[in-house]
Amino acid sequence: MAARFRAPGFYRASVMMVGGVGFATLLTWLVRMSNGHASYHHFLQGEAILTVSLLAVPIAFLVGIGGFDYWFYWAVGRPTRPEDHSGHGAYSWKDYFRINTDHKVIGVQYLVNSFFFLLVGGLLAMLMRAQLAQPGSQFVDANTYNGLFSVHATLLIFLFMVPVFAGFGNFVIPLMIGAPDMAFPRLNALSFWLLPVAGAIMLLSFLAPGGAFADGWTAYAPLSDNAPIGQDFFSIGVQFAGASSIMTALNFLVTIITMRAPGMSFFRLPLLVWANFATSLLVVIATPFVAASQFFVLLDRALKFNFFNAAKGGDVLMYQHVFWFYSHPAVYIMILPGFGIISEVIAVKARKPIFGYRMMAFSLLAIVGLGFTVWAHHMFTSGMSGWIRIPMAITTSIIAVPTGIKVFSWLATLWRGVLHLDTPMLFALGFITTFTLGGISGIMLAMVPFDIHVSATYFIVAHIHYVLFGGSLMTIFAGAYYWFPKMTGRMYDERLGKWHFWTTFVFMNLTFGPMHVLGLQGMPRRVATYAAQFADLNLFISIASFALGLSTLIFVYNMVTSWRGGPIAPANPWRGLTLEWQVSSPPPVFNFDRLPTVVGGPYEYGVPGAVHGIFAPAPATVASGATTGSPMVRAPSQ
Amino acid sequence: MSRQRSLTIAALAAVLAIAIGIWLSYVIHWFPVAAAVQAHNTDRFYHVLVIASIPIFVVVVTVILYSVWQFRMRPGEELKDGPPIHGNTRLEVFWTAIPTVLMLGLVGWSFVVLHENEKKPAHEITIGVTGQQFVWTYQYPPSLTGGAPIDSYQLYVPEGESVDFKLHSKDVIHAFWIPAFRLQEDVVPGITTSWRATPDRLGSYPVVCNLLCGVGHSLMRSTIHVVRPTEFRAWIKSQESPTSASSPSSSTTSGTAG
Repeated sequence: MAARFRAPGFYRASVMMVGGVGFATLLTWLVRMSNGHASYHHFLQGEAILTVSLLAVPIAFLVGIGGFDYWFYWAVGRPTRPEDHSGHGAYSWKDYFRINTDHKVIGVQYLVNSFFFLLVGGLLAMLMRAQLAQPGSQFVDANTYNGLFSVHATLLIFLFMVPVFAGFGNFVIPLMIGAPDMAFPRLNALSFWLLPVAGAIMLLSFLAPGGAFADGWTAYAPLSDNAPIGQDFFSIGVQFAGASSIMTALNFLVTIITMRAPGMSFFRLPLLVWANFATSLLVVIATPFVAASQFFVLLDRALKFNFFNAAKGGDVLMYQHVFWFYSHPAVYIMILPGFGIISEVIAVKARKPIFGYRMMAFSLLAIVGLGFTVWAHHMFTSGMSGWIRIPMAITTSIIAVPTGIKVFSWLATLWRGVLHLDTPMLFALGFITTFTLGGISGIMLAMVPFDIHVSATYFIVAHIHYVLFGGSLMTIFAGAYYWFPKMTGRMYDERLGKWHFWTTFVFMNLTFGPMHVLGLQGMPRRVATYAAQFADLNLFISIASFALGLSTLIFVYNMVTSWRGGPIAPANPWRGLTLEWQVSSPPPVFNFDRLPTVVGGPYEYGVPGAVHGIFAPAPATVASGATTGSPMVRAPSQ
Repeated sequence: MSRQRSLTIAALAAVLAIAIGIWLSYVIHWFPVAAAVQAHNTDRFYHVLVIASIPIFVVVVTVILYSVWQFRMRPGEELKDGPPIHGNTRLEVFWTAIPTVLMLGLVGWSFVVLHENEKKPAHEITIGVTGQQFVWTYQYPPSLTGGAPIDSYQLYVPEGESVDFKLHSKDVIHAFWIPAFRLQEDVVPGITTSWRATPDRLGSYPVVCNLLCGVGHSLMRSTIHVVRPTEFRAWIKSQESPTSASSPSSSTTSGTAG
């Protein structure tokens, strides 16, 4: 029994978490006492203990589950095994619930965790639509409603959109570039386990005194400075989610730069890898800014730093600049990997090379660069200096150009292809349609006089859901179906997949389309009730949204039953050229039993006899190395 | 069916769809009634944007539908690949350059409209707007009252005169939005923000707080009354009596907005 509590895992984690609360209590007690609070009940103050616990308990959990074990052993001089593969691979379902260093297991952990939070976030949206079905209060009060949309957005951005793409990247990138794993497997494991922690913090905020954080995922100061304690759950939860995404992005960058197979030059990389490379650049540069903005708020709240208290010389607009300096690039973080998925799906399913491959790669980099120059278009009505609107409007319009290049290139790739209209392809084509609409409304929003009218209205809600639901989520579904055989070794049900697509596509448009009109007509977003004139459209939207919610159940049912009992998948069901399809489904523990060498582009469909990668005949050393668990002998990458 | 024939059908369908789209854009009542000079400018510009967008969207959808119609895999083509077309530099330059020109043209146009909407006229009156959780109050300065400033829950403005709204916040950020004018700006603690409008239609229109300001945000509403200039002066006069019930500073009850 004692061994159970010493070994990394949930037992040790629970003990550590109790210790974390103890530590928080002790620390706040000591600090408050040393500051001379006279009476006993001042020494122990609930909110202070809770705030410190929110930082201490998650870290205690991560230590307990074993996220830091290797580094601790190394730091104290205990013997470590640099090539320790005991935590690698999954041999039973239990292996998905521990620190695991296998990028494929981590990828699946990421994806399942993300889809769980998609369902939770979607459920919160259903509750909001129930409240909004009619004007007036239906069944939640305004504070609860504000909590619902705040947690909805926060979960779906920080616990679904951003990490779900990291999940795909984790699983697919090492396979695509011909690497046995990610560059930093232990960091990879830690980065995953930060996510359930962040998600738990955000969900638990509903239990906080005063309710969940209720000032939107944007948490504008000074409202957030003076909100109830639930706000701390946001400020701190975002730190864990942000740390996770920075770790993963660093890992992707190093992996892509240093671990490509021989012959895999940058311009032979599949576009999914390019997309994640671009995204990771955005993440490592931008994410520290959202962390900073929330630390500012936390310091304002807990220790009265007055960063955003105008009465004490604070600067209210500063919060928005720092926040959007992350949160605008964040929308590209939430769509660029999707562009990568669509490029893979369309090339394979249209049986043609990607049209203008180099421009596709360069346009990603152009979006990364321009993405850092547009943030203040979220602030056209914020009261900032008027002139800033001019350059920001110009860059915002121009960033549509590289995005347009991608759309036109996909269309040109379809042209004269042999289109396999199965579920991933349907989602890809649906994506182009709805994302184009979202892009067009985005261009409209770059136009300052128009934006002044619709800023912070339902038009914005419509736009963001067209690009994130109609855009990103469509790519995620496309990717989920496309790589499902590779990840699980099973085929999904094609008929259910098509049902899922059509219900999602139709009800998505019925739900979010009318919101454009509501916004133009003058309905603000983030309101628990609204004027009677908006009643009819809102009822329509609510009904459509419930159908949209139900359509997701088809997906869940398909994934669960196919994973348990679907037909066995062949190694390469789509006849893809990229390396992940050249190994078994699911792939071997160390991906490649034989060393791949890349000899051509990734999308040479229709070129007679074209191959992307060839596999060396297994030399004895490599084969025995793989079976004993040491890494493969690899030539330095180009 | 020959390629040429199917392309002709697709092109005709696209033209028809564009025509229907533009027709719909005129039929749909997008906006609430416009009650300021600026609103007409913005509405016209919105129409330009919609008409510019429709062909782009229709072309994208037409290419997708045409490809599905003409290029989908037929039985027996399971192992067939498409032609290995890797790109076309001229085409790629074309679809980079044209959108760039279009974007710069539209954004340039938007600056013209913006300038038109924001330019300061020769004659202008100023009204203060104060946001606090969860009520709007309005300050009429001595230049309007000719005496002591007036603080009121009611917003009256004269038709045909440019009004400069000076926005102040007592607590958190709000946004002062009048949908009928198509104008808004945040009301930010610590700084004074402003926007101006020239009302050109008599009537009463909603004033909406459009930035989440706390639990009462969705009820932070008020009304703007656009009246004839003579009525406006008369209303100001009527407010000058110190016993005015609508004055927040003289009223002990709160929350009687509007």
